[in-house]
Amino acid sequence: MLVIKDLKVSIEGGEILKGVSLEVNAGEVHAIMGPNGSGKSTLAAVLAGRDLYEVDSGTISYMGEDLLEKSPEERAKEGLFLGFQYPIEIPGVSMVNFMKTAINEMRKHRGEEPLSASEFLKKMRQKKELVEIDSSLTNRSVNEGFSGGEKKKNEIFQMAMLEPKLAVLDETDSGLDIDALKVVARGVNNLRSSENAIIVITHYQRLLDYIVPDYVHVLYKGRIVRSGGKELALLLEEKGYEWIRQEELNL
Amino acid sequence: MQKEQDQILNEVTTGEYKYGFYTDIEHDSIGKGLNEDVIRLISEKKNEPEFMLQFRLKAYRHWLTMKMPGWAHLDIPPIDYQELVYYSAPKQKARLSSLDEVDPELLETFNKLGIPLEEQKHLAGVAVDAVMDSVSVKTTFKETLAELGIIFCSFSEAVREYPDLVRQYMGSVVPYTDNYYAALNSAVFSDGSFCYIPKGVRCPMELSTYFRINAANTGQFERTLIVAEDNSYVSYLEGCTAPMRDENQLHAAIVEIVAMEGAEVKYATVQNWYPGNKEGKGGIYNFVTKRGICKGDNSKISWTQVETGSAITWKYPSCILKGDNTTGEFYSVALTNNRQQADTGTKMIHIGKNSKSIIVSKGISSGVSNNSYRGLVKVLRGAENARNFSQCDSLLLGDKCGAHTFPYIESNNQSAIIEHEATTSRIGEDQIFYCNQRGIATEDAISLIVNGYAKEVLNKLPMEFAVEAQKLLQISLEGSVG
Ligand SMILES: Nc1ncnc2c1ncn2[C@@H]1O[C@H](COP(=O)(O)OP(=O)(O)O)[C@@H](O)[C@H]1O
Ligand SMILES: [Mg+2]
Repeated sequence: MLVIKDLKVSIEGGEILKGVSLEVNAGEVHAIMGPNGSGKSTLAAVLAGRDLYEVDSGTISYMGEDLLEKSPEERAKEGLFLGFQYPIEIPGVSMVNFMKTAINEMRKHRGEEPLSASEFLKKMRQKKELVEIDSSLTNRSVNEGFSGGEKKKNEIFQMAMLEPKLAVLDETDSGLDIDALKVVARGVNNLRSSENAIIVITHYQRLLDYIVPDYVHVLYKGRIVRSGGKELALLLEEKGYEWIRQEELNL
Repeated sequence: MQKEQDQILNEVTTGEYKYGFYTDIEHDSIGKGLNEDVIRLISEKKNEPEFMLQFRLKAYRHWLTMKMPGWAHLDIPPIDYQELVYYSAPKQKARLSSLDEVDPELLETFNKLGIPLEEQKHLAGVAVDAVMDSVSVKTTFKETLAELGIIFCSFSEAVREYPDLVRQYMGSVVPYTDNYYAALNSAVFSDGSFCYIPKGVRCPMELSTYFRINAANTGQFERTLIVAEDNSYVSYLEGCTAPMRDENQLHAAIVEIVAMEGAEVKYATVQNWYPGNKEGKGGIYNFVTKRGICKGDNSKISWTQVETGSAITWKYPSCILKGDNTTGEFYSVALTNNRQQADTGTKMIHIGKNSKSIIVSKGISSGVSNNSYRGLVKVLRGAENARNFSQCDSLLLGDKCGAHTFPYIESNNQSAIIEHEATTSRIGEDQIFYCNQRGIATEDAISLIVNGYAKEVLNKLPMEFAVEAQKLLQISLEGSVG
């Protein structure tokens, strides 16, 4: 589904990703871990098409096509979803209107009719229950005045509404209490199927108690320095990132 | 990054005016220039009674003593008033009984504007009095209204048919001495609408008027008068778009509203006169005096405006809250793009006890435009427990435009409570990217954000107008994205 080859990315002249390769197939859940500043959000943003970042070399293919050729909205309409580490507030635009516009843009892209008001509201209701999002949140403006936890849950709610093929969740677990963490996990596990793939970016291993990944990668200073199964996350938890740092120094 | 963002916004926001076309209809005009003979000729062509001619002449003589005002935040090129044409009427048969008799070119123009009269005629609950240039072309729904005793006709017709009413109220809210453009309008006004709601009558439909400017170099001077008797109610809509012209056109209208005891008048405007091209060439100068008086106790006047057009807009729909327990409201969205300049706001004059006013102003600036809110809240000594709440927000697209807020407060009563809130925000690249990531293209994202921002005001418009206004905001910001 997603093949990243030797990706090098810089911003304002500074190289952040220094040759990242990663292959994600349908049905898989990958976890990307790493200390702050290692380039996790950069990778997510480049996948979503943020033009702030300069792709210096390397390729990304998504469902057999060149992802880097496509605009951010095309990527979204072709099923790529980014759960933002810091979700953005849009005053005055109601969640209902925002979601309806988004869903209907995607349906238009697939050559489908817009959802009727009742179909849409039904879907909203179902997905709201799934993520246990407070009913009033969807009546408010997009993320406006939401608490940190509410914003994160709202990302999961949007993911559930949009039913993406590939979801990239950037530290959706950060700053959440255990209950909210379980909500996030449930949202992800619900999406999980043989058709979809999910990349979970996380700083901590505790989320991985609830979302069991097929693969774990450690991103360190712009490079994937370790890849393995879910036991790698436990090893990291036990030894800390300091361990990676030492290992890298020894090389 | 900031540069790139501005470039995107520039591309999105430097759209050309979508309603630029000109209808080729024969005009019956008086030559250029202004003097007493021209005024006599206008009055004569309109078959006006003597009192009307005298009113015009007094106003003209007063205007001669006045100077064109200057404003801090508007850059107005000098206007040669002798170069303007002060009367122009589309030539057509004397009386029309059905739409079939209306000039097909004219109907075509309305069709391009998306306001086909044919359909409007059937549109439930909307009576349309279409004004093109200076003479009323067609009035519909008149009979239904007449049964309720409601008068809704062109101003010229009112002058002939209801001279006593016109005489009693014309100039009672906006005297010809009020300002330079009010004096000019009073001297040369062409036509407009007159509306009279008798005691205790609720007007069952929205009254709407479409104004058009369509003759080269024609100063357009409408005049509207609405009188709502005790415990009556009326909702009035005014909307306009103008065709593409190269020469600047002057538009100086007067709207007067009188609300008697317990009466309520809602006045909504969608203003989309030609704003000029990207470089600021052409475009309408829109200098309007709109004022209402809540004369009787418990009366209410509400102004709602969506201003997207004109090269220069200068307009302050105001309320004189004379009666006790009266309410004045002002809801405004003013959008400026390219080189447009707008200086708009309101005046709320509290005279009566327990008088209340609400001001919600939403400015949107893009391109290299300038957008100012200027508002006065004045509480007179006798206005016990007067209350005002003002909310003035500015939204900026790009970094070459300007937004300014000038709230003036004069309170002469200790018991008055006046609150003012103001915010300025910018559409950020991260907001647009967030929308993009959810499948929404940049142009639609901007439109979504702008409409969300203006929602509080758009919600005050009647349903069909709100949809039109939303489209207008979108069209006004539209351009060529990538
Ligand atoms: N907009 C930016 N401008 C300059 N440097 C940036 C910007 N965004 C990220 N960086 C730098 O890139 C590096 C990687 O950041 P990021 O991808 O956010 O890491 P992570 O998500 O792993 O914490 C950091 O050193 C950070 O300071
Ligand atoms: Mg990050």
